[in-house]
Amino acid sequence: MGTNGASDWREQIYEVFQSNGVRHVAHVPDGGHARLIERCEADPAMTTVSLTSEEEGVGMLVGSWLGGVRGALLIQSSGVGNCINALGVVKHGKFPLLAIVSMRGQWGEGMPWQIPMGQAVRPVLEAMGVIVYDVERAADVRETVEAAASLAFDSSVAVAVLLGQRLIGTKKFAVA
Amino acid sequence: MTIASRTAISLERRAVVRRILDGREDGTIVVAGLGSPCWDLASAGDHPLNFYLNGGMGSAAAIGLGLALAQSAHRVVVVTGDGELLMALGMLATIGVAAPKNLAIVVLDNERYLETGGQPTHTGRGVDLAAVALACGIVEARTIYSQAELDAEVPRIRSANGPVVSVVKITAERPPLVLPPLEATYTKHRIRKRLTGKP
Repeated sequence: MGTNGASDWREQIYEVFQSNGVRHVAHVPDGGHARLIERCEADPAMTTVSLTSEEEGVGMLVGSWLGGVRGALLIQSSGVGNCINALGVVKHGKFPLLAIVSMRGQWGEGMPWQIPMGQAVRPVLEAMGVIVYDVERAADVRETVEAAASLAFDSSVAVAVLLGQRLIGTKKFAVA
Repeated sequence: MTIASRTAISLERRAVVRRILDGREDGTIVVAGLGSPCWDLASAGDHPLNFYLNGGMGSAAAIGLGLALAQSAHRVVVVTGDGELLMALGMLATIGVAAPKNLAIVVLDNERYLETGGQPTHTGRGVDLAAVALACGIVEARTIYSQAELDAEVPRIRSANGPVVSVVKITAERPPLVLPPLEATYTKHRIRKRLTGKP
């Protein structure tokens, strides 16, 4: 919780994980998720697994669910592209998936190399049957992740919450 | 390994899988990678704790990791092919770091992509999966060439402190197809029911 009583949105995602019984957190380290990852690592009830590539997390969380454990995947938008074939397993087997994606290549992006994958995130996820929610404002984070967790674990579907650059902040590259 | 030991390869995939699972403990969870390992596992006998991955090439070890972390009191054995594991070489690093003690990965290494016509994989061209595993911090990693070596490896696969990676060199035969259940919704519910009591 923040000192002013209103908790930070990253803290809120952690709280939603806790209240929904998320115990496995698979991630590729990322600036947008850094504080959330640290929070999960500090929780002895959670097992965090650092991946070399994002599709490992999709497979791992399939195994977690088979073993009766709920998990979440924390990745960056460029990593969505690495997940596509593995998402076929999720769709075929009607596995739940809760993915939190920190976005690049959209709002105010100053690194042109990020644009192609960033702009393709929603259509490629939807092509694989993943339900996609955008979050652009801190005030919407908690209820969106809560809704995504409920959809994933109660209705056994794949859901991705895209944390927009408008929310996270846009990295600056160009020198004025 | 020497050329002599390589030319002496005589282990057959079905016999290897049967040997590893013969008298299997009822709580052992087995994940088969796509293609021939799925048919091999089905041939050895269906079981409520079998998961047959018939798609998502490169995901077998990852699924084994999730299961091993979720069910630390159960042994998790992944049986997959050299081509399938080569597609997910990074998983050896991830498993080396996560270090689940109850996970064993058996690679049925025929140095071929058997399902697509027997094209050569990297393992017949100098890529040593057991050496990669060792370099990734997986201490129990060996290449198995003979029946005697397999007999010595089976207790490690079934109960050694892992993670264990056993690369078993096998002949490139293609035994008759034995289909496992093809719907993951079925095998998913079956495994969860057995492990958790919940669907």
